[in-house]
Amino acid sequence: MAHRTFFWFILPSLAAMLLFIALPLVSVAVQSLHIEHEQVLKVTKNCGPFGCKEETTVDAEATQMLRDQKPLGRFNGLNTYFDRGHLATAEVAQAWQERSSLGGFLADLYNLPLYKAIGFTLVYTFVVTPLVILLGLAIALGVNRVTPILKGPTIFVSLLPMIVTPLIGSLILFWMIDAQGIIGKSLQYLFDDPELSLKASPALTWMTLIVYGIWHSAPFAFVVFYAGLQTVNSDSLEAAQIDGANRWQQLRYVVIPHLMPLVIFISLIQLMDNFRVFEPIVGFSAQANATSLSFIIFNDLRGDVMRFNSAAATSVLTILGVTILLLPVLIRTWRDFKGKAI
Amino acid sequence: MTSRANRASKPLMIASTGFVLIWVFIAAFPFVWTLWGSFKVQGDFFSKADWRYALKGTRTAIETGGLFTGAGYEGAWVQQEFWRAALNTAIVVLFTVLISLTLGTLGGYALARSGHNYAFWLLMIALVFRAMPHITLVSGYLLPFFEWNLWGHLPTTIIVLVAINQPFTLWMLHSFFLNIPKDLDESAKVDGCTQFQAFRHVIIPVMWPGVITTGLFSFLLAYNDFAVTSMLLSKDNQTMVPAIAGFLGSTFEEGNVMFAVAAVVSATAPLFVLVMFFQRQIVSGLTAGAVKG
Repeated sequence: MAHRTFFWFILPSLAAMLLFIALPLVSVAVQSLHIEHEQVLKVTKNCGPFGCKEETTVDAEATQMLRDQKPLGRFNGLNTYFDRGHLATAEVAQAWQERSSLGGFLADLYNLPLYKAIGFTLVYTFVVTPLVILLGLAIALGVNRVTPILKGPTIFVSLLPMIVTPLIGSLILFWMIDAQGIIGKSLQYLFDDPELSLKASPALTWMTLIVYGIWHSAPFAFVVFYAGLQTVNSDSLEAAQIDGANRWQQLRYVVIPHLMPLVIFISLIQLMDNFRVFEPIVGFSAQANATSLSFIIFNDLRGDVMRFNSAAATSVLTILGVTILLLPVLIRTWRDFKGKAI
Repeated sequence: MTSRANRASKPLMIASTGFVLIWVFIAAFPFVWTLWGSFKVQGDFFSKADWRYALKGTRTAIETGGLFTGAGYEGAWVQQEFWRAALNTAIVVLFTVLISLTLGTLGGYALARSGHNYAFWLLMIALVFRAMPHITLVSGYLLPFFEWNLWGHLPTTIIVLVAINQPFTLWMLHSFFLNIPKDLDESAKVDGCTQFQAFRHVIIPVMWPGVITTGLFSFLLAYNDFAVTSMLLSKDNQTMVPAIAGFLGSTFEEGNVMFAVAAVVSATAPLFVLVMFFQRQIVSGLTAGAVKG
């Protein structure tokens, strides 16, 4: 295809992506370097019967005017990045110097909002992703053996947790795990503890969110693996069997190698999606015990006072995180591409 | 699939069927339970006294006289005007899907037919864009949108959703167009068509299965979105998902939780219908990307 034709075909799509994905990235970078204007102070002389006093008051009108004129605020350099709400370098350095043990240092770190969010985001991403792959594979192997008539309905039901709106799915589960909801009540009965509440402790909240994440994403892995299983070469399975391989060995040495490219595909998609975990935290009202990077950005923007600079700085750090996460894939693709070119 | 290699022993058969049954239960039960509970009063859905109230509808019978009540639905749709949110969702989703598909089809076709390096790079950039958390983009929009008075309107949200949708749409349609033989439009060009005429008369008639599948996923993205719609729409223009979140924030009085439960069930119903009719397309769409690697 000629360059010109290509250009005209891709232009609308490219323009949309540049305007609403690339420019916003520039916008967050710029915003993160600025901070809201300080209040304008004015000094007035106040003369009374006991002589004159100078009083400093906030000039609300002038402050508003300045803020309206330059909504971006004043230049602040990288200060927002290093303040307590973000990288908190001073606090981290202090915690490191005063550490009694590594555990104590980590506990101090966990009290800082950004590190708390990073902690949960990483744990969520790297626990949910492998478990989704394992559970998806198990379901796919199971469904593959079900009688053909039942396959359609089984797949239909299996798709539901994935297709449902994440916020709605988490709300549905949130109501069920409520101390007065059906799962909450059953757990209290099972553990014989009428006070048990899944919302109470950080550990239980984390577990709930992770279980939700697996419930939500396992169908995706299942569908992909299920499709992959349909293309396993039955000749090689039979050959393995004639060679005396048992069921586990067939799975390990024939089926799983066949599915390996799919494992890579699912991990890539899941890492991207789990890293931006956000709706479950809103749905489960879990912000007291677990926050994620996406959630603290949302929180900065939602309040009465929108902290654009703070949200922007967290966004930039999140984007860096995503890039680091994707780097292995990008490098691999680049090598493959280079290899093809030669 | 009836070869000897796939015939399982009896215990294994039982174990795997049991496992599938457990999974089906875990996947479906929350929906069934919430649907059932949405026709009860709060005292039954969250029963302090006895969980069996929810099944028998004890409190519902006392409070309303019947075993089922539509009070939650009435409260949500009439009293809280959930129908406005539903209407807004319909508008946003319809236009997002139409515009995404139009842009994506042109772009995906170009990417599939261009053999040049930059097509590869564009796909890589799209992959990176696909990974950006939506809320980081939203934090980039807010300040400019406030300044230019773009904030709060449905068209703004539609355009933003279209853009966020583009990377995925491009990838998917690109792989669908790769499956349509190149000879088809090449021969049209030999007969004197321009590239666009070849696209218009030869490719468009055969592209619909791929476009419908991609459309389904655009639909899901627009319908399920919370980050963009909750931040970029004013209260009057809210769509269903932020409206449901709003029910929870403001109203924690007795009975109002049931409004949210009814709204949740109402918002899930279209998704059920969608899966029911398009199950095959959704499955094939999920695997199309995977098979390409």
